[in-house]
Amino acid sequence: MLKTGTERVKRGMAEMQKGGVIMDVINAEQARIAEEAGAVAVMALERVPSDIRAAGGVARMADPTIVEEVLNAVSIPVMAKARIGHIVEARVLEAMGVDYIDESEVLTPADEVFHLLKSDYTVPFVCGARDLGEASRRIGEGASMLRTKGEPGTGNIVEAVRHMRMIQGQIRKVVAMSEDELMTEAKNLGAPFEVLLQIKKAGKLPVVNFAAGGIATPADAALMMQLGADGVFVGSGIFKSESPEKFARAIVEATTHYQDYKLIAELSKGLGTPMKGIDISTLAPGERMQERGW
Amino acid sequence: MLKIGVLALQGAVREHVRAIEASGAEAVAVKRIEELEDLDGLVMPGGESTAMRRLIDKYSFLEPLKEFAKNKPVFGTCAGLILMAKRIQGQDTAHLELIDMTVERNAFGRQVDSFEADLMIHGVGEDFTGVFIRAPFIVEVGPEVEILSKHNDRIVAAKQGHFLCAAFHPELTDDYRLHQFFVKMVQSSKEVVA
Repeated sequence: MLKTGTERVKRGMAEMQKGGVIMDVINAEQARIAEEAGAVAVMALERVPSDIRAAGGVARMADPTIVEEVLNAVSIPVMAKARIGHIVEARVLEAMGVDYIDESEVLTPADEVFHLLKSDYTVPFVCGARDLGEASRRIGEGASMLRTKGEPGTGNIVEAVRHMRMIQGQIRKVVAMSEDELMTEAKNLGAPFEVLLQIKKAGKLPVVNFAAGGIATPADAALMMQLGADGVFVGSGIFKSESPEKFARAIVEATTHYQDYKLIAELSKGLGTPMKGIDISTLAPGERMQERGW
Repeated sequence: MLKIGVLALQGAVREHVRAIEASGAEAVAVKRIEELEDLDGLVMPGGESTAMRRLIDKYSFLEPLKEFAKNKPVFGTCAGLILMAKRIQGQDTAHLELIDMTVERNAFGRQVDSFEADLMIHGVGEDFTGVFIRAPFIVEVGPEVEILSKHNDRIVAAKQGHFLCAAFHPELTDDYRLHQFFVKMVQSSKEVVA
C-alpha cells in the first residue's frame, strides 16, 4: 500500500529542512543564487514583503508564471504563498506541484474568520504564529510546519524575537503543568486540548518551528537559532541587501554554526549595507501584517 | 559503548540521534572536522543534499569524511544516500563517492508525490514503514553492492562492505531495526580493527 499526503510525510518534509535557510525569490535567477548559496528551499513570490509593504493595495498569490519559472530553475523544494483562507489559491499552487504552501499574513487575507483546513490537502502547509494558542490552532487545522510571524518586510528582528520567546515560554509552561491543568490552559490560550497534550508529552511542538519576519543579518539568523528556532526564513533581507550572494551565504553559515561567534564575526565582515529597516512603532496598526490571522 | 556521529550541518539530526541512542549506542552531532576523531561510525542524515554539500565544501569536510569512511562504517539516508553515491544521474560530479551505484535525485516526483510504503529489507525484516520524502532511488549498482530492499522494482536500500544507505527515512519512525542493523555493522567493524 502506497500512501501519499500522510501526516508523517508532510511533517517529515519540514524536518528535513531543519538547520537551514529558506529564501524569498522573485525569479529563476534569484532562485539559482539562493540554491547555490546553500538555501534548503526557496519561496517563490511576485514581490518580497518590503516591496509588498511599499506597493500597498491587495497582495495576492504570485503569478503562476513566476512559480513555474522557479520550479523549473532549481532542484531544492519550492514554496509559495496563498492568502489566508483562500481555498482556490492553495489548490492552484498544489496542482502546480509546489512543495509547500505558506498560508501567509504577508498577503492580504481572503477570509477574516477562517483559515484553510490544511489537513484536507496532499501538499503540506506552513503558517505563522505569535503565540502558542495561534500555533496550536494552526496545527489543529493541519499545518505541518510553523514559523514566527515577526513583522515581515521590516528588517527588524524585534517581533520575531518576541514571538519566539513567547512560544518557547508557553511550551515550557505547558510541559511543567500537570495534566489536570491543561484543559483550562487550552481555554486560556484558545488552543486545541489534544495539541497541548501532545506538546506536554513530547516536551516540544509536534511540528518544526522556523523563525521569520525581520531577519536581516547573519547575526539575526544565529540569534533566532539560539532562541530555539529550527531554521530561518529570510524574506526581503537577502535580495534587498547590497550584495545578495554574499549575504545569502553568510546567513546560511551563521544558521548552521549559530554558536560559533568567531565565525559569525568573520562572515559578517564586508557584507555591505543590509536592507534598510523600519522601526515597528512607526507602523500604524493597520500596517502590521502580524495582526492578520485568527 | 560505541560512539556514532550524525553529520549535523543541516537536516534531520535529532531524529537520528534518538534512533541511535534507542539502538544502544552513544550519539554525537558532528559539526566540525575534529569531532570525527573518536567516532566508531557516522550517519549522514536526510536534508537537502545541495545545501549540505555547500557546507561540506565550505569547511573542507570532503577529504576528512572520505578518510573516515576508508575504515569506518557510514550510513546515509535520503540526502545522505546521494552524498554516498559514486554517480548521480544528470550530474557530472558526485560527492563522497563511497558506494558503487548511480542514483537519481527527487526520483519519485515532488512533495505531493512523497509517500509511505511497507518494505521488506533483507537481513533487517518485513513490514518496515518506508517514509519517502522527495526521495532519490538507486538506478543501478555495481557487483560489490548488496541490494537490501526494493519498492516497485526500484532499489531503495543497499549495502556495500561497511557502507549502508536508504532512500527513505527510518529516523522518522519508531522502528529502529535499520539503525540496530547499522549499530551491529559498527560493532563488527570495531572488532575487526581491534
